Amino acid sequence: MKRSKKSTIFSVLFMGLGQIFNKEIFKGIMFAIIEIVTILNFTYFIRSITGLITLGVKGQYFVDGVVKGDHSIFLMIEGLIAIAILTLVILVYIFNILDAKRVGEEIEKGVKSLGTKEFIKYVWDKYFPHIMITPAFMFTIFFIVLPIVFTVAVAFTNYSSPNHLPPRNLVDWVGFQNFKDIINLKIWNNTFLHVGLWTIIFAVVTTTCNYFVGLMLALLTNSKGIKLKKVFRTIFILPYAIPAFISLLIMRLAFSGPGPVNNMLASIGLEKIPFFTDPFMAKIMVLIICVWLGAPYFMALMSGVLTNIDMSLYEASEIDGATKWQQFSKITLPLVLFQTMPLLIMSFAYNFNNFAMIYLLTDGNPVNGSFKYAGDTDILISWIYKMTKDQNQYHMASVITIILFIFVAGISAFSFSKTKAFKEEDMM
Amino acid sequence: MNTKTIKNKRVNLSDLIQKIIIYAILVLISIVILTPIFWIVSSSFNSGTSLFSSSLIPKNPTLIHYKELFTETDFPKWYVNTLKIATINMIISVIITTLSAYSFSRFKFKGRKQGLMAMMILQMFPGFLAMTAIFILLSKLGLINSHWGLILVYAGGQIPYNTWLCKGYFDGIPRSLDEAAKIDGASNMTIFIKIILPLARPIITLVALTNFMGPWFDFIFPQIILKSADKKTLAMGLFEWVQKQQNTQFTRFAAGAILVAIPITLLFVYLQKHIVEGLSSGATKG
Repeated sequence: MKRSKKSTIFSVLFMGLGQIFNKEIFKGIMFAIIEIVTILNFTYFIRSITGLITLGVKGQYFVDGVVKGDHSIFLMIEGLIAIAILTLVILVYIFNILDAKRVGEEIEKGVKSLGTKEFIKYVWDKYFPHIMITPAFMFTIFFIVLPIVFTVAVAFTNYSSPNHLPPRNLVDWVGFQNFKDIINLKIWNNTFLHVGLWTIIFAVVTTTCNYFVGLMLALLTNSKGIKLKKVFRTIFILPYAIPAFISLLIMRLAFSGPGPVNNMLASIGLEKIPFFTDPFMAKIMVLIICVWLGAPYFMALMSGVLTNIDMSLYEASEIDGATKWQQFSKITLPLVLFQTMPLLIMSFAYNFNNFAMIYLLTDGNPVNGSFKYAGDTDILISWIYKMTKDQNQYHMASVITIILFIFVAGISAFSFSKTKAFKEEDMM
Repeated sequence: MNTKTIKNKRVNLSDLIQKIIIYAILVLISIVILTPIFWIVSSSFNSGTSLFSSSLIPKNPTLIHYKELFTETDFPKWYVNTLKIATINMIISVIITTLSAYSFSRFKFKGRKQGLMAMMILQMFPGFLAMTAIFILLSKLGLINSHWGLILVYAGGQIPYNTWLCKGYFDGIPRSLDEAAKIDGASNMTIFIKIILPLARPIITLVALTNFMGPWFDFIFPQIILKSADKKTLAMGLFEWVQKQQNTQFTRFAAGAILVAIPITLLFVYLQKHIVEGLSSGATKG
């Protein structure tokens, strides 16, 4: 039998055996250690994955102060971690077989096998990008991918208060039941539709207003013959520069019931205005404050774009007798729109999930009785947050998260596929 | 008077009116922007403690609230905590992100395109929505109520977006520079440190800055991960003052907010050109 075939078979039988057969002792031992550790932990993998499938058989209880029984959610996460690790091991296993085959073939051709030192240098050169990506990869797997997979998995369980809340109770897999509920149960679909609609209005209005107010600010500070341009520009950038959570809390207090704005109204004999307690008023306030906060970003952005527009375009149009408005709508606007389109879409996706804005300003209030766990100004993401943090409705929170994620990712992927970067990427 | 001068005068007059209108708008907007800021600054000098008693111009200006922050509350501790978390997060994030961006930008390997695509999608996911999973993961690692837990979450969460941002910038650095260095015998690591990093300074500044500032703003993850009072960060502490005792701690909040906002705002205004340029180049170039 050929050497390459033999070493391949050895590596299939036991990781690293083929490498040792090829006299690559160091590499072989490394592979072998991985397999030995995996086998020693065999029961761990079996137990974790069974746990993920059953989600426990009995809720937790105390016997003489010692916890007994199962915690479904811990079982779920442990199962997912075990699967992640197992996947990595299987990838290494496949790699080990391919490697044994390749080295075997090289030896047949008469290429000398590498010593340990040369091997390390070889790996460092050949797998440089892989090694450099490893930390980012591990972080992404454990702190982003795993939590997302968990969130998706929860959407298919009944993990919620009051009857399915660990540690006392168990959680069960329920298939697509939650997705059916959100369509069929009146209280859920009513809330979802209303909150969803307001989320879209909120995102569209704030993005458009921010954009055009920003453009207006940029045009004003750029207009000819204005003095103190720098001072005005610095003032206008302030709302973007001050930490948003501070300015939002300031706004929340300023317009609150006993706050200074109402105080001032009272002192000049006017009635107090229910800024954040009347549903309609609260929505308007949210939109106004969002523009206060968001327009400066676009101003800063567009100041750059405006100064790059070729002045001769304006001079030429002036000779042809164009009015100021014509200059704006036929020259300035198209050029600015063209350059900032991707950012406009990004900004829409951002506002769609502008959690801090709602949470800090109104906390979704005023409460609406016909909604399930949501208030009038809640957007989808703040509703999800409430369901998770305050109401323990993890199952529905996960369902909405999935819907939200698909929507926003769809928009972003669409806008991204239009960019130059993506098209260039295709050619590589 | 001939017709020419009349026309000129009319133009001047309309120009003047236009200018007055523009100035009026500019001043008006400035007032709208500055009033809330002025109010919070003056509140911090107000002698009372509650929201009710705060007036736009303080009657008996006092520095007592600033003094209290340092003598009666954990505020200084929070400041140190936040500074520590922000600095460590910045260092770890910049190292991890630039290394992976360099690999994606300069090397061809299996799974490269899928990796880029995956990161593109992952950055759309608001990390805190998976807080249940993150909480359990950290408690498995024994990192609940630990600053390291928070740092790991921050450093992990920023990877997809910032890798994209850096990769886009690195792509713009001519490859001929690497190739020339390679002919001279430079290793991959040397090329990265001696050629790419110095040329990519603007984008690295941006990534460092956003990662440094993140912990100053974030009030969500600290609430999930940190438990004891001496571990809190500034955003979390200030938020709790407003949330729990809205009316009694108000002036203290105002003073604290100002001490947080001043350094961050100055840093931001000073570096704004960098930030805006970086954001727009990252978004349009990919």
